[in-house]
Amino acid sequence: MFSLTPEEWTAVELSLRIALVATFVALPFGLAVAWLLARKDFWGKALLDGIVHLPLVLPPVVTGYLLLVTFGRRGLVGSFLADIGIVFSFRWTGAALACGIMGFPLLVRAIRLSFEAIDRRLEDAASTLGANRLWTFFTVTLPLALPGVIAGMVLCFAKALGEFGATITFVSNIPGETQTISAAIYTFTQIPGGDAAAFRLVAIAVVIALFALIASEWFARRAGMRYHGD
Amino acid sequence: MLAVDVEKKLGSVQIAVRFATTGSATALFGPSGAGKTSVVNMIAGLLKPDRGRIALGDTVLFDSAARIDVPAHRRRIGYVFQEGRLFPHMTVAQNLDYGRRMSGLPADDTERERIVALLNIGGLLTRRPGHLSGGERQRVAFGRALLMKPRLLLLDEPLASLDRARKLEILPYLARLRDESQVPMIYVSHQAGEIQRLCSQVVRIEDGRVEASGGLELLGEAAH
Repeated sequence: MFSLTPEEWTAVELSLRIALVATFVALPFGLAVAWLLARKDFWGKALLDGIVHLPLVLPPVVTGYLLLVTFGRRGLVGSFLADIGIVFSFRWTGAALACGIMGFPLLVRAIRLSFEAIDRRLEDAASTLGANRLWTFFTVTLPLALPGVIAGMVLCFAKALGEFGATITFVSNIPGETQTISAAIYTFTQIPGGDAAAFRLVAIAVVIALFALIASEWFARRAGMRYHGD
Repeated sequence: MLAVDVEKKLGSVQIAVRFATTGSATALFGPSGAGKTSVVNMIAGLLKPDRGRIALGDTVLFDSAARIDVPAHRRRIGYVFQEGRLFPHMTVAQNLDYGRRMSGLPADDTERERIVALLNIGGLLTRRPGHLSGGERQRVAFGRALLMKPRLLLLDEPLASLDRARKLEILPYLARLRDESQVPMIYVSHQAGEIQRLCSQVVRIEDGRVEASGGLELLGEAAH
């Protein structure tokens, strides 16, 4: 009962790959946007904040459809990218794009909160010691924000792993290319006798999610411990 | 050595301060809220004056007329804050070496050993700031500021967060620091006693203005 078929393995492997790529590609953008929102006042800040959070409140199908219109082969950006050989539609990279965008608000939120919690006087101290702004960011701000960054990455990863609506709308449900765990479970529940397969994937989804939570807790605790010695 | 002539409006407070240092240790003396810390922040480059000029020897650090504003990280001015502000995620040793690394200075083990011995912090090097007492933390903060080889040392009420016993423990280190480091100091305090031990020149600041400037006799005037 617990041995997976090759098709199920493919869905698991694909889900992990998509979620990991989505999280790590989103990370630098997430850091930049979180820093802007936490530290800068500029024209259109409320608008940027709104756009970043939009995928959180929009129906996922709407986000998926907007991605299709924008990044599809005949889409505004998609047709241009297709000319230089980058195709998102109906590919696993498109699934990663959709998952990254859906997880982005969670990532930005967690990182922004941890940036805002940092004692900025420590950054002043760094600058009097000769650190320019970039070095201050990498030697003081980022290490101190690490627990929040890790929490944001786990949230983004979990969201990416469970993402369904935007992905299936944008890149469909193609086994081996865009069929993630969620899409596979959905498919198995639609066919007679698919319950056992659906259950196996459900169990795997639970295990992965639990593992990610425990790992992030461990990382955050380790990072937090460094401030108090040991 | 250091010539300051700055104006800055901060909320309802108008700061307009003008002085030049003469000796090796100058006190900025005055009641809390007089604007002493703001003046020191302007010297360090953490606060931008509305108008004025700040020069250290031949180097102009700020000049509103000539549009010069050297950023804090290029001023090479050591700053010891009231609360130490050690980096909590680094060990004492990493804190001490931070300024030298960020300023791109080569490692100087003799100087490091000398300052570590002077401040008696050799036993703390592998610890993190969270595990230090208040007095130990301030001693490390002195070392961190000195090891970047500053052209000037700013000390903003460095003993204010300590109890009396810790103050008495640290004052001798500060006196040795002044005598042995050869770095000119600006010492901010509202405690006449500390200043008497350390400084030769006093600039008295009240309500954002220099009320008087001169020798230690100014402390007595303020005390009565």
